[in-house]
Amino acid sequence: MKPAAFDYARPESRGEVLKLLADTGSDARVLAGGQSLMAVLNMRLAEPALVIDIGGVADLGYIEIRDDRLCIGANTRQAELLAWPELAEHAPLLARVMPWVGHFQTRNRGTVCGSITHADPSAELPLSLAVLGGEVVLERRHWRRGRRVVPAAEFFQGLLTTAREPDELLTEVRFPLARADHDYRFTEVAMRHGDFALVALAAVIGPDEIVLGAGGVADRPVVRRIPRDRDFDTELNIFAWSLGAESDAHASAAYRRQLVRELGHKLLTQATP
Amino acid sequence: MTRIAANTPCRVRLILNGKERVGQAESRMLLSDFIRHELGATGTHLGCEHGVCGACTVRVDGVASRACLMLAVQAEGRRIDTVEGLCDGDALGDLQAAFKRHHALQCGFCTAGILNSCAEFLDKTPEPSELDVRDMLSGHLCRCTGYTGIVAAVLEVAAQRRGAPPETSHV
Repeated sequence: MKPAAFDYARPESRGEVLKLLADTGSDARVLAGGQSLMAVLNMRLAEPALVIDIGGVADLGYIEIRDDRLCIGANTRQAELLAWPELAEHAPLLARVMPWVGHFQTRNRGTVCGSITHADPSAELPLSLAVLGGEVVLERRHWRRGRRVVPAAEFFQGLLTTAREPDELLTEVRFPLARADHDYRFTEVAMRHGDFALVALAAVIGPDEIVLGAGGVADRPVVRRIPRDRDFDTELNIFAWSLGAESDAHASAAYRRQLVRELGHKLLTQATP
Repeated sequence: MTRIAANTPCRVRLILNGKERVGQAESRMLLSDFIRHELGATGTHLGCEHGVCGACTVRVDGVASRACLMLAVQAEGRRIDTVEGLCDGDALGDLQAAFKRHHALQCGFCTAGILNSCAEFLDKTPEPSELDVRDMLSGHLCRCTGYTGIVAAVLEVAAQRRGAPPETSHV
């Protein structure tokens, strides 16, 4: 449970990070808060040649509103987002989700972008990004094609797998701002509060349709759009079966499907507490 | 840019419980191992070494963090507070004394981490509810106590620090 040996670099600018990534590529891992990567290194699920600690890059830590997006930089910690006074106003879904993200001891160091780029299928932040239809910004060292913006639906590609290329740095995540005529809800069941979700559900309830997302069941967050005039229980049953639930040590596939139905019913039919 | 080659010890300097300390660490050395093996502060315990159990929780610049999920070289120049720093001279601090009074520990393996979380928690939440305390404790695994004594101890210290008189002790 100790990491294998690696070279360590602590660059002080975005350009230095991108150069290291361009030179080292898939042999490098980016370290920000470390609450996902350090566990991976300790268990030797990854043995990178180089760990690039971006903690010293000052211009990657910010929470900003630009156009109709809440933009969060790669060094912004989860605890900072949770403590941001305008969170409930601009991103009510995130205000409900953040207390479920790990424990306060891990939120103190863990970053928002780190959880998203780690892409654990049961993590709440990737689910939130998928349900809200947000996007990530990926940067690389290139004279012309140095920056691309990838929607959540394309970014999450499977278990701990994303569209990020080995020489790219996820510099920013963008969540669409709340709309006044929409309601935002979240619930989950886990073995203990703060653990990985057995099932996590997030919903954006609009005037005409509901966008429902599930985490913890498939290999990535899955989103389904449900028109408001449909029978919710039928739609939830279809959704539950569509996720391809599997049994593991913590819960059976049937239990996970039932959680999607039951939690979904509560989420869609009960008023927000 | 700082660069440290693999398998090459380098000097790490930090403030441990108010005193400047220096030790040698390779890039891959965890902060938890650095505190225990290089600096000899063995009050910090290691359970799972992947961030789940909470036993190794210390305070980094005042905020509770897992020492097993941080590299020693990342702690360069930072203020690290461990369970040893919670003492009041040679006597137990108020939090530690309350844990003793309420039987909030049995084997004591998880306790150092819990005390560090409680220390930050009480600084930021002077008037916690029982639910607040239990939510904070969800980041720690204790297999002896069932948490009841821990919750009672934390609530009592919160009340004491607000100036409420302590309950008369059992004879």
